Amino acid sequence: MTANTEIFQLLPHLVIGVGIVLSVVIEISTKKSESILPWFTILIFVFAGAHSIINVYDYQILFGGMYAIGGVTAIFNFIFTIGAAIMVLNAVDYIKKSKMNFGEFYILVQSSVLGMMLMAGARDLFMIFIGLELMSICFYVLAGINRSRMGNTEAALKYFLLGAFATGFIVFGIALIYGTAKSTSIDQIVFAYEYFITDVLFLTGLALFVIGFLFKIAAFPFHMWVPDVYQGAATPVTGLMSTTGKAAAFSVLIIILSAVFTQNITNNFEILFAVIATLSMLYGSIVAIAQDNLKRMLAYSSIAHAGYMTIGLAAGNIESVSGIIFYLTAYAFMNLGAFGVIALIEGSNEENLDINSYSGLNSKSPILAGFMALFMFALAGIPPMAGFFGKYYVFVASIKADLTWLAIVGVFSSAISVYFYLRVVVYMYFKDSTSSIIIKNSFTGLLAVIISGLLVLVFGILPDTLFSIITSVLSY
Amino acid sequence: MIEQYLPIILVLVVAAVFAAAIVFSSRLFGPQQPSKIKIMPYESGKDPVGSTHERVSIKYYIVAMMFIIFDIEVIYLYPWGVEFRNLYNEYGFFAFWPMLVFLIVLELGFLYIYKKGALKWD
Amino acid sequence: MILEYILFAILGLVAVVTSVAMITRPSPVMSAIFLVLNFFALAGLYLLLNAQFIAVVQVIVYAGAIMVLFLFVLMLLNTDSEHAILKEKRKLKFIGIFIAVLVFIQIGYIVFYSAPSDSVTKEIAESINAGKIETIGTELYTTYVLPFLASGFLLLGATIGAIVLAMKKFE
Repeated sequence: MTANTEIFQLLPHLVIGVGIVLSVVIEISTKKSESILPWFTILIFVFAGAHSIINVYDYQILFGGMYAIGGVTAIFNFIFTIGAAIMVLNAVDYIKKSKMNFGEFYILVQSSVLGMMLMAGARDLFMIFIGLELMSICFYVLAGINRSRMGNTEAALKYFLLGAFATGFIVFGIALIYGTAKSTSIDQIVFAYEYFITDVLFLTGLALFVIGFLFKIAAFPFHMWVPDVYQGAATPVTGLMSTTGKAAAFSVLIIILSAVFTQNITNNFEILFAVIATLSMLYGSIVAIAQDNLKRMLAYSSIAHAGYMTIGLAAGNIESVSGIIFYLTAYAFMNLGAFGVIALIEGSNEENLDINSYSGLNSKSPILAGFMALFMFALAGIPPMAGFFGKYYVFVASIKADLTWLAIVGVFSSAISVYFYLRVVVYMYFKDSTSSIIIKNSFTGLLAVIISGLLVLVFGILPDTLFSIITSVLSY
Repeated sequence: MIEQYLPIILVLVVAAVFAAAIVFSSRLFGPQQPSKIKIMPYESGKDPVGSTHERVSIKYYIVAMMFIIFDIEVIYLYPWGVEFRNLYNEYGFFAFWPMLVFLIVLELGFLYIYKKGALKWD
Repeated sequence: MILEYILFAILGLVAVVTSVAMITRPSPVMSAIFLVLNFFALAGLYLLLNAQFIAVVQVIVYAGAIMVLFLFVLMLLNTDSEHAILKEKRKLKFIGIFIAVLVFIQIGYIVFYSAPSDSVTKEIAESINAGKIETIGTELYTTYVLPFLASGFLLLGATIGAIVLAMKKFE
């Protein structure tokens, strides 16, 4: 049987799988697992990310159409692994100070990344479901890992209940898709998409499936859990959930709808996605204005960003997909960077989350203030940063798809969002310090912020490099 | 098709009839003179106090959760055990290693809960 | 064939009666016991449909493990206060009846409008074997070996997550 030797082609997955097993062994065999595991985790993440991005042009379908490596999957794996590595680097000191310094934290992060990678590579609905569950269950636990804080438990419970509800939608969708398409293979579904889509049961199933994932990406009518969960969960965990979790959900949406993007088939969901994108952008941007808590503000801004990315799904052509993937990459690093700065400033008991804590930050720590300003500019989409090009590619694709009004709404909403992003910058640079905040020295935390800042700058100054890789691998 | 289950159905029916017969025959033949004191719950001769619905310790809950997880593992083993001979004849060692990896991963979980003292009863 | 009809009638009756009993018993523990009986009746129905694997899963996982968890949750909760809450929410009964009627209409629609065709298609003939343990064994450990291995990690993650959330002590 060839299928069984093919497993060695999945080197990044194998490394992370073996890494999880070894981490559990380390956790149960030594008392000092907390000081070994972070570095071990970062090591395997960097290896898996580097291996994926080096083999990006090596596109293969394995296990009889069950799984794909290389191509878009490799780019998503890069986002997941490098994003998670930055998050772990940021979390090393954070979880020590908030007394949740367990080795299990790292095991759960590794498992969730394995789940995301399985989602992005899956070419079968079963595989997607198992990857999704692996990611989600680890996220539920990570959200509530610090049981000594009320907000943490609340976040975990809300996330679990609503996430399980969304998973129910996805499973119902899978059942209907399987019932009509008589196959769980995505290749077959995509191949005969045009024929199946006329069947109302298939359409219902696909709609349920898509709604479940819109839940996971935090788009507007399904966003109820976002503010409380993002605010309640530990800051590095929020960073991971809001970036890589969103990217994983988008990877599935892109795969399942790939017939629309590549074969010029009418996009049945164009109106749905356009409406959801509009509402998410406007709702996220407008409500974020009223937020003084920085984590909550970034939570609402995350809804708005989900809206910008959904424009790409509405546009439904190959440029828009490249735009979404570029946007996800940029968003991952700028958001992780912003949450990294918040994690450094918030103090041992999350008391300094208010925007007033940032007043006069420039005089206390020019490096942190500089990087925070960089991330805020990037999130607002101001030109030399990566965030601008993400929006630019998506908007251009939507104009190409005759959705100019959607692009205009997007630009309008970005203009609104400039207000609350720049408010932070104004507080940092032009206000006198009112509170006496002591910023804890954390070398690893600072390193994580610097790395994500550099990545945002590199993708902003040289967007074409990444974008051309994405467009060339999308032709597979 | 269903005929192959006939012995099992018979066993179930006999078991049910037998159990019912024993319960009802004792009720039928035994003398019954219930009084208020007789039908009271027995608590070592003392008068019963409070509800019988005592809250149990959360520890039982962890054990129950672990039971589900390892129950699912058994479910995976079952079709493998049924089909192993055919799989082995066709694929040789490749029929064996996926289950080996699966079991290593899960028994590691078992070792983990053992080491963390989830099964300790103090 | 006549045996199948008799068994279907018995099992169907048991399933309906136990599920009605489950929602009408005042004691939650009694409800749980009736649910176990209901699961057994469903397992029998699955066997009649030639889906042995699902029948086994139904008995081992649902009637076994999940019901144990259910009962522990019931014993963990203070059931007396639940009664008070239920009494207050009597108005919800009408919403429940409304939804039940809606579901009945849906099922009725499906049953009456998708009458089985007389000719047995190739797909139906093949699907007879789909629920057999042999079929599932062969497919699960060859075609679906990757999801199978991934589910191992899923179970490991669930184990660790449960211990972290329920046991871990803060120093």
